[in-house]
Amino acid sequence: MIGRDLLGIEDLEREDIEKILETAMHMREVGERDVKKVPTLRGRTIVNLFFEASTRTRASFEIAGKRLSADVVNFSPASSSLKKAESILDTARTLDAMDPDAVVVRHAVSGVPRRIADVLGAPVINAGDGAHEHPTQALLDILTVQQEKGRIDGLTVTIVGDIAHSRVARSNIYGFRKMGAEVRVAAPPPMIPADVEALGVKAYTSLRESLDGVDVVMALRIQNERLVGSWFPSVREYSATFGLDRAKLRYARDGAIVMHPGPVNRGVELSHDLADHRPSVILDQVRNGVAIRMAVLYLFAGRHRGGGPFAQQGAQ
Amino acid sequence: MSHADPPNGSREIGAQDSKSRSILDDKGIRRALTRIAHEILERNEEPEVLYLVAIPNGGVPLARILASNLAEIAGLEVAVGVLDTTLYRDDLMTSGARPLLRRTEMPSAVDERVVVLVDDVVKTGRTIRAAMDALMDFGRPQAVQVVGLVDRGHRELPIKLDYVGKNVPTHVGEAVRLRGNGSDAEDLLEVVVLPVEENAA
Repeated sequence: MIGRDLLGIEDLEREDIEKILETAMHMREVGERDVKKVPTLRGRTIVNLFFEASTRTRASFEIAGKRLSADVVNFSPASSSLKKAESILDTARTLDAMDPDAVVVRHAVSGVPRRIADVLGAPVINAGDGAHEHPTQALLDILTVQQEKGRIDGLTVTIVGDIAHSRVARSNIYGFRKMGAEVRVAAPPPMIPADVEALGVKAYTSLRESLDGVDVVMALRIQNERLVGSWFPSVREYSATFGLDRAKLRYARDGAIVMHPGPVNRGVELSHDLADHRPSVILDQVRNGVAIRMAVLYLFAGRHRGGGPFAQQGAQ
Repeated sequence: MSHADPPNGSREIGAQDSKSRSILDDKGIRRALTRIAHEILERNEEPEVLYLVAIPNGGVPLARILASNLAEIAGLEVAVGVLDTTLYRDDLMTSGARPLLRRTEMPSAVDERVVVLVDDVVKTGRTIRAAMDALMDFGRPQAVQVVGLVDRGHRELPIKLDYVGKNVPTHVGEAVRLRGNGSDAEDLLEVVVLPVEENAA
């Protein structure tokens, strides 16, 4: 049973994940209506507090909030305050005094959402912190696989890319493992964190070997800005060895799907052809992102200190 | 189902009913639904625009039986939908944990149709209010009518039923549940009243 905030998949039980997924399936139906709006969070305020630039995730949370009739306020403090922990908490306290019903936080430094949650009365939803976690991304990925494959239990998933710097990888490792999948990671050695196998995954330095018999291949975005001056070989070399194309995909199981959290560096992580066509399911991931965030806001928003959304449901 | 009932599991087969009392058995339910089908046809001169919309979970088997009654009596193919009212409830922010959502499936457009909402137990009227709001998000029906298999009274909103299976006076704290789903001869429907203490468990 979990608390008031959604800070990471690590904190969730399998039943919590299943509850969020089931809620999201029903939220998808709302998104398919003519009038894509329900009055559930009418009169509630959701603050998107994004210290790190983001277009997609922020828009996804904004649309999700609006489909539930919440008032959504986007707040993006200047990035100059990034290193001043004090001013982050000051900002958070100031926002809290405006009585939001949920605060969605993204920050380039791991652990900031938790620090903010410690001082806020409102529930905090982590929208990505450093290389730590990005829980709603993992939830939407799990939902997408569930829709494609009908289950998660017993599947094999390979995550390929900069595992060491990726919050998407970390959240997905926790999530898919908790849901009963086998998870592999594949990358050049410097991109594999030393302790990754402690998370219950198998690490590969050969993409081909990592793809043997897998049901899902998830490519991560190569973030050039994070790799400046490091050991990173070259984009061309990465693409040749770890970029996914139809030829390499043949090592995976028939019917394997390809995922990417976006935005895709075309011709780097995925070939142009794979970026746009089946078996990649990238646009389904985006669609499911709105549904997952609606589900998360429905389950968490307004749940102030002193009770989580997964608290015992009694007859009233 | 009434807001006073728990948000889900209202038809747990496993729930043992040491002290529950049955108020409608399978036969009684089917007889009531046959009568209601006749009443619906009597009231509606244009039966081809009828659209049965079930409120889950209890309304779903009842709407299915009503549809087959209407097919038998008048040879009508009546559209049947399912409309979850949870996102339209008025107590979501005040009532502890968020209830699980249930499925919504509205296969036909609502515009210009006579929508007949079908629920198993009607008490406060709040679920029917929520269902009407939800319905309006799907279009503009010509009219809305309501079937309640059991009317418990205790109304808190000005909602009246057009078709009632049975009026059952109950205490506020009791729970009234529809059990079974009537999908085959083995699975019988039954409406039971659970006493106050069992409802609170």
